[in-house]
Amino acid sequence: MIPAAFDYAVPKTLNEAVALLGQNPEAKVLAGGHSLIPAMKFRLASPALLVDLNRLNGLAYIREDGGWLKIGAMTREADLDGSDLIRKKYPLLADTAKTIADPLVRNMATVGGNLAHADPANDHPATMLAYGAQVVATGPKGERVIPIGEFFAGTFETSLAHDEILTEIRLPAHKAGAGGAYVKVERKVGDFATAAVAAQVTLDASGKCASAGLGLTNVGPTAIRAAQAEAALKGQPLDDANIKKAAQLAAAAAEPADDLRGPAEYKRGLIKTLTVRALRKAVERAKA
Amino acid sequence: MSTHHVKVNVNGAVKEADVEARLLLVHLIREDLNLTGTHIGCDTTSCGACTVLLNGRAVKSCTVFAVQADGGEVMTVEGLTSNGKLHPIQEGFHEMHGLQCGFCTPGMMLSAVALLKQNPKPTEEEIRWGISGNLCRCTGYVNIVKAVQYAAEKMSG
Repeated sequence: MIPAAFDYAVPKTLNEAVALLGQNPEAKVLAGGHSLIPAMKFRLASPALLVDLNRLNGLAYIREDGGWLKIGAMTREADLDGSDLIRKKYPLLADTAKTIADPLVRNMATVGGNLAHADPANDHPATMLAYGAQVVATGPKGERVIPIGEFFAGTFETSLAHDEILTEIRLPAHKAGAGGAYVKVERKVGDFATAAVAAQVTLDASGKCASAGLGLTNVGPTAIRAAQAEAALKGQPLDDANIKKAAQLAAAAAEPADDLRGPAEYKRGLIKTLTVRALRKAVERAKA
Repeated sequence: MSTHHVKVNVNGAVKEADVEARLLLVHLIREDLNLTGTHIGCDTTSCGACTVLLNGRAVKSCTVFAVQADGGEVMTVEGLTSNGKLHPIQEGFHEMHGLQCGFCTPGMMLSAVALLKQNPKPTEEEIRWGISGNLCRCTGYVNIVKAVQYAAEKMSG
């Protein structure tokens, strides 16, 4: 399949990339391209201009800085997966990177692209909701920080302006007593989630839940934050009864639809089960 | 519609071509450079038949534009042999009966080469993980895993 014809530009600076987007309302950013290029081949997307970020320096990094874990938007999934820092201190993120598509796709696909594409079936959105992340958007007036809860406007829609580029993702830096897990059911390697749950918990000194984050993948028009389930856990011991109660609330927050991956009620049931599993694993890791 | 002059080091030799921006890397390789060992299977980023190494990383060349490879290095299955001698991974597929129809084999071998470069002594599970982006409809993967194990042993021995 051949995409429709387009112009292609390789900006030398981020400012130049932003300007190119501003000049051309039909332009799209090319990051890893593993959502965009298939869409272009199916002619679901026909941008007039691709602005290729792959040759810009300084957009791929993973570092802790000032209370945040900062990830450059062009960081490849394979580099997240291979990062010792992520494996040791950010298990929810490590779990997530490992389940995205397959190893070949992960060599190209980027964290920023996974979020900016805003596909509710993508894995990072739920994980970032669970972490309470922020994203940094760079536009003609400079940088602005967007809380992840305000980032997803709808299916394939974000709060980024046309001439803004997602340049960094910030997660609260790891603290003692924090742990997380991503649990996904997929039909086969490389498939999108039938459903998946991201859980991040922090335990206080007495072992009770100081904070909890829960994100749900592919059970609604966007990734869903299960806020009521989070609130129900706060200040409580993370025992089986409370975990099951939270799972019930998470399932109620899901808005699944019937499709080839299963009927809505099956997916709602999955969310309940996966929430229990994700929370149990998160607590285990928080205690380790 | 823009056209671009690209220079790509393919299997050790610099190749040049004028390409439309929309030309996929796999088409540059197969049609402009006549290297037909790289196959097109699903054409939808699923099967891995078009796998090549781009700057040392295994990628699906049906989902990369040729212009993105400008100035870079590509290795295809044709680049595996040196001085007429089979690469250990090719020898492994031959010795362990790692193929039946052979359609997935070039991509499978390049994924395996990338895996072994990163992890010279993979476990069976790690091998299965490493080739999980490449689909085979014939073998059931058992002999492919054996072929990769053969190559791992030969390359580290």
